Amino acid sequence: MKNLAPSLAWAYALILYGFIFLPVIMLVLFSFQGTMFPVPPFNGPSLRWYETVLADSRLTSALVNSLVLAVATSLFAVFLGFLAAYGLARYRLPGSNFLRGLITAPLMVSYLIIGMGLNIMFNGMGVPKSLAAAGIGHVVINLPLCFAIIYSQMGEHQVNIERAARDLGAKDWQVLTHITAPMLWPALFAGFFLSMTFSWDEFVISFLLTRFDTTLPVEIWSLLRSGLSPKTNAIGSIVFGVSIVMVLVLELVVLRRRRI
Amino acid sequence: MNEPLAVIRGISHRFGAVEVLRDISLEILPGSYTVLLGPSGSGKTTLLSILGGFLTPSEGQVLIGGEDCTLTPPAERPTTTVFQDYALFPHMSVLANVAFGLRMRKVKRRERHARALDLLGLVGLDQAARKRPHQLSGGQRQRVALARALVVEPKVLLLDEPLGALDLKLRRQMQDELKAIQKRVGTAFVHVTHDQEEAMALADDVVVMNDGRIEDHGPPEDVYRRPRSRFTAAFMGESTIFRGKVVEKSDRLLVMTPLGKLTAHGEAEEGEEIELAIRPENLKLQGSREAWLHLGRARITDVVFQGSFKRVIAVSDSMPPVQMILRIGTEEGVKLREHVDLYCRPADLILLKA
Repeated sequence: MKNLAPSLAWAYALILYGFIFLPVIMLVLFSFQGTMFPVPPFNGPSLRWYETVLADSRLTSALVNSLVLAVATSLFAVFLGFLAAYGLARYRLPGSNFLRGLITAPLMVSYLIIGMGLNIMFNGMGVPKSLAAAGIGHVVINLPLCFAIIYSQMGEHQVNIERAARDLGAKDWQVLTHITAPMLWPALFAGFFLSMTFSWDEFVISFLLTRFDTTLPVEIWSLLRSGLSPKTNAIGSIVFGVSIVMVLVLELVVLRRRRI
Repeated sequence: MNEPLAVIRGISHRFGAVEVLRDISLEILPGSYTVLLGPSGSGKTTLLSILGGFLTPSEGQVLIGGEDCTLTPPAERPTTTVFQDYALFPHMSVLANVAFGLRMRKVKRRERHARALDLLGLVGLDQAARKRPHQLSGGQRQRVALARALVVEPKVLLLDEPLGALDLKLRRQMQDELKAIQKRVGTAFVHVTHDQEEAMALADDVVVMNDGRIEDHGPPEDVYRRPRSRFTAAFMGESTIFRGKVVEKSDRLLVMTPLGKLTAHGEAEEGEEIELAIRPENLKLQGSREAWLHLGRARITDVVFQGSFKRVIAVSDSMPPVQMILRIGTEEGVKLREHVDLYCRPADLILLKA
């Protein structure tokens, strides 16, 4: 009886992790399939579907689009989030609690609603569907996140440090660039990489707001409509690989530093 | 030389409805070490913030070097501040911390590093130039903060409880160093503390503050020997304080007290209710009846050995009883519950207005 409890725990853990990771493992495994269909039995390994993906200019340009969009919108979201956090943390503004709530509110709203809202608004304004429109959508969803992360790291103890810089002759913008931003560097970095991962595999907003030039998730979706193929597995594995790299970088750079 | 470097003129300040400073006027001489001494809530830190430009006073003026600085922001004032928590830049090396002020003044890299190293040498930390603030001890951080504030050659250096975060031994050591550094650079220092020993050790000029007012002001010796108010007498060191009534006024005063009819010096009107204070070291167990005032007999209730002296508490036999505090030599034998005669010189009786 005594030995049963640990083995039960192991079995439970195995099932749990299997449930979480089996789909991903299947996806990656059958991206190396040698034949036409991503279903057992496994024939391989083979890189032919990766070659197909890299030869497909629609997929590669969508991949580049996704990367550019992720980097650009994340930079923008961090920049705006930082300024908003600084303003709300350092100055007493009328209704600052309300403003803070208003900035973080989009976190609670589903991407579908945000995407639809932007779609309707851009339509009304005559803004055509484009990557830039989707980029605006990504800033809308990532700005609250960046704001929340950065704002949470702006403590009272930094106020005196900024005051010291001002006392030594720094102008307001110099305090921001020389003192506040470098002190908050881990939070800025965390905000940037989280935004990157969210923007990288975001589908709904990109789907609603782009037309010809589009992002990788949208391109994969249209691939899937024509049925399963190891090609979709291959491109999915690439998306997954990039996400893993971003999470690892975040972990290594930000979270390890904090432990020191 | 005696032209004041900084003048505070009629400063009042309110936080909302709370008046934290009431009509403060003060002059700071060049090269002097001024200590603002007071309990928490006395307004001393507020006054320092006004000098540094972090607060604009509700009323009054701040002049530094003859110029009205009341509305000048901290960056443009000829003052710098050493903050209580040091406020070092955590992401910069010690050298970059010290050089920061020069960098903001667009001094060339090589020159500002040379000058920062000079200052680090002055505070004895040139070996630590490449370290980060978190690698330093509290005392070392304190010195970096001092060097960083001094490198821009301010006319007035403001120190906000700079030794408050250090342990007692280190505090006494840093006190001596602060004083030595101040004498070497010749900058006027204005230092805020609630520690009266620190104030007496450092100050050329002590400003005792209480409840938003200046209670007393002068060289520490004068303030200690001749406190102008009951607050100062109690806050700057210990005293035996008792009430009395002036019954006769000639070239000196005759005061009726629970300890007898005593002669005292000072300004008071006949019939006025006053208080008298005696410093513990001026109360003696022996004295001649001619030159000394006899303060009656008292019963010893407590004797505490403090190393270089004994601190003795005694309660007078008079009605109402007065609690007396004495500081006597260690060689003098006194026993608990023993009755003793107490004496003091008339000149050591301090007259306080009630």
